[in-house]
Amino acid sequence: MSSEMPTPALLDIRNLHVSLPASAERPYAVESVDYTLGRNEILCLVGESGSGKSITARAVMGLLPAPHVAVSAGQILFNGEDLTTAEPSRMREIRGGEISMIFQEPMTALNPVMTIGKQIDEVIRFHAKLSRRQRRTRAMELIDSVHLPDPARIIKAYPHELSGGQRQRAMIAMALAMEPKILIADEPTTALDVTTQAQILKLIKELQRDHDTGVLFITHDFGVVADIADRVAVMQQGEIVEIGSANEVLNHPTHSYTQRLISAVPSLQPRAARELSTNVELDVRDLRKTYRSGGGWFGLGGAEKIVRAADNVSATLHHGETLGIVGESGSGKSTLARCIVRLIDAEAGEIIYKGTDLRPLDRAQMRPYRSKIQMVFQDPFASLNPRSKVGRIIADGPVILGAKASDAEKRAREMLELVGLDAQAFNRYPHEFSGGQRQRIGIARALALDPEILVADEPVSALDVSIQAQVLQLLADIRERLQLSMIFITHDLRVAAQVCDRISVMRLGQVVEQGPTAELFANAAHPYTRELINAVPGRDWIPDARPPND
Amino acid sequence: MAFLKLYCRNRSAVLGLVILVSVLVLAATASIFFPDDPFRLAGKPMSPPGENGYLLGSDTLGRDVAAGIAHGARTSLLIGGLATAVAVLLGVVLGGFAGYFGGWIDDLLMRVTEMFQTIPSFIFAILIVAIMKPSINSIVIAIAVVSWPAVARLVRGEFMSMRNREFVQACHIVGMSDWRIMLREILPNCLSPIIVAGSLMVATAILIESGLSFLGLGDPNIISWGFQIGAGRTVLRSAWWVCTFPGVAILLTVLAINLVGEGLNDALNPRLRNRT
Repeated sequence: MSSEMPTPALLDIRNLHVSLPASAERPYAVESVDYTLGRNEILCLVGESGSGKSITARAVMGLLPAPHVAVSAGQILFNGEDLTTAEPSRMREIRGGEISMIFQEPMTALNPVMTIGKQIDEVIRFHAKLSRRQRRTRAMELIDSVHLPDPARIIKAYPHELSGGQRQRAMIAMALAMEPKILIADEPTTALDVTTQAQILKLIKELQRDHDTGVLFITHDFGVVADIADRVAVMQQGEIVEIGSANEVLNHPTHSYTQRLISAVPSLQPRAARELSTNVELDVRDLRKTYRSGGGWFGLGGAEKIVRAADNVSATLHHGETLGIVGESGSGKSTLARCIVRLIDAEAGEIIYKGTDLRPLDRAQMRPYRSKIQMVFQDPFASLNPRSKVGRIIADGPVILGAKASDAEKRAREMLELVGLDAQAFNRYPHEFSGGQRQRIGIARALALDPEILVADEPVSALDVSIQAQVLQLLADIRERLQLSMIFITHDLRVAAQVCDRISVMRLGQVVEQGPTAELFANAAHPYTRELINAVPGRDWIPDARPPND
Repeated sequence: MAFLKLYCRNRSAVLGLVILVSVLVLAATASIFFPDDPFRLAGKPMSPPGENGYLLGSDTLGRDVAAGIAHGARTSLLIGGLATAVAVLLGVVLGGFAGYFGGWIDDLLMRVTEMFQTIPSFIFAILIVAIMKPSINSIVIAIAVVSWPAVARLVRGEFMSMRNREFVQACHIVGMSDWRIMLREILPNCLSPIIVAGSLMVATAILIESGLSFLGLGDPNIISWGFQIGAGRTVLRSAWWVCTFPGVAILLTVLAINLVGEGLNDALNPRLRNRT
């Protein structure tokens, strides 16, 4: 593509250093970074959290949180003009005019009390002298160009009236209002569902081609990179460890870090099927949960909204297997998990565990079954009480079930060892641990009660890809060792392909399809399942860059 | 130690703490330096400060203003502290229940709270003291009754946001009881805002007490700053010192408590910790 032609670079970053405050872990957020971005090119910056990939982008925009974090050396040349020394007034002209940016979370990046039309209008008004009518026409064109339906309606809509994907389209329309030469996209699809993500990626690529824009695309997801990148730069600890064409980096990585990252990406190829027991461990039949909101007292207030989060859901978990529940946000998969562990009460249906229906049990009746079904949560930062020591968090469960304090403590130490943490962790607070370690603590807490069924609600979606691989490995080991049955909830089909024996696909509160993983991936019967599988980023890219000694 | 360091970064908070400690020392040593009853007619009435052996002058009946201030400090701090403790306790319990259980319990408790909030607080306090007999007890009750709704609202909000956190859900899953979750898991996580609100409430309580005493609704047997100001208001132009010194005492104490409250807020609120 364009990278083969030696055109002068649109953006040329030379020896960039961004310094961090003295209290930080390392002196530089970004250290001696060099890269160029050409016209009509998509450069992906990939890295794990804390690698400095967002900071480089923000440095280009002049959006660093000065004075704590600032460019301390190097140049950012935009068409030959050094942006690190540009006047604030010049930077204002450049921002939104010649370089613009889209963010991860369109809901927070858009002003909630202004209509979409007004926000686009503001960008145009600031950068160009056009009459009100011309600006309106331009805004309509922009909205149309990002394929939003009915521009006349969208222009009058407030951000909350649009869906996540539509909001991101509106953000893109805004960013493209002045035909910028460079578009910086900071994880623009991370907050979106996979099918929406696929559409947005397609849109960015299409617009970039039409307008000859240079795109600096920041992401942590190698699948997205495979779909969109012309060139790739891999960042680690503030430095670029490898940069090259997409084909080189993805298929023939030379740096060991890149190799490690790529080998940690779960493959879409389902792993070999295991021999499974046919003993039913848990049988969920026709479970129903409805959420109602609005209405108000005596029917005053707005119309009542009814959401069927679980609509006659049935699922069977066999002994020793991992059942995946897959779906996009709002599909009801988390509701199902929470109904099973009895965090929320379903209105109808049966949850049969060893001949007993758990659904109608009250708290006291439920107590003997509590320890049998345990849960691992998604967010490793929210799932541990910040004011409790790790030892107490794990030992609390056994103590409540009547274990002696000393026994519970011993059990907690065993569990820490089982999940691969140091025994010293016992007396420390959660904030002293990294995300992956916290997730291990969460798993230890669940295992301390000696459960038979583990319900894992997106246990790895908040983790970096290399940590994700470790935690998945841990879960697989534990399942083998303790003969657990697992319900694994995820939105990520790659993870599901590697972890699950069988998969149920959920959509709008209903199970649309279920079956053994390999079968489901090979020939999905339901169109929605096919749509999901087709939308997985980097579907056609099969990473084969395992390190030679692995 | 780390907490003290965080607190001391705010200079005005340190100043507030110094003033507050001085007031406490004044209250504690009142009977040593002014062993006599502050109501005693000590000598010549209306003596200006520094004359006739009065440090801060005497009032219309010849009572020592300085002695009144020292003994009044006890009253103010006692009532401020006690009333706040009652109000915070009530507010935490009701707000905690409302926030944790939600649903009809929340509706019921919050409608009651709103009922209290719709009545102007000082007039409500006057009403309560007037219905009961003016005494230390009735004043403490009156101040607590008008102060708890704010705490209840605050605690309710905190509990509501905590109740759906994953760590609380994890406690439900191991079968922890509601009491234990509320007391051991949620409450420690809401302590900082409660401490800050409580410390500021002491200042408000002192002001309400002074106002009540000024209007003659204080305990007639106990000297207080408000009572002194009330007693001196008729001679404000001829004997300025009778009102002024107790007034300055109230000003300094309330200011000090507010500074301390703000300092605690800065030190306890993690979001403000890195503020320079």
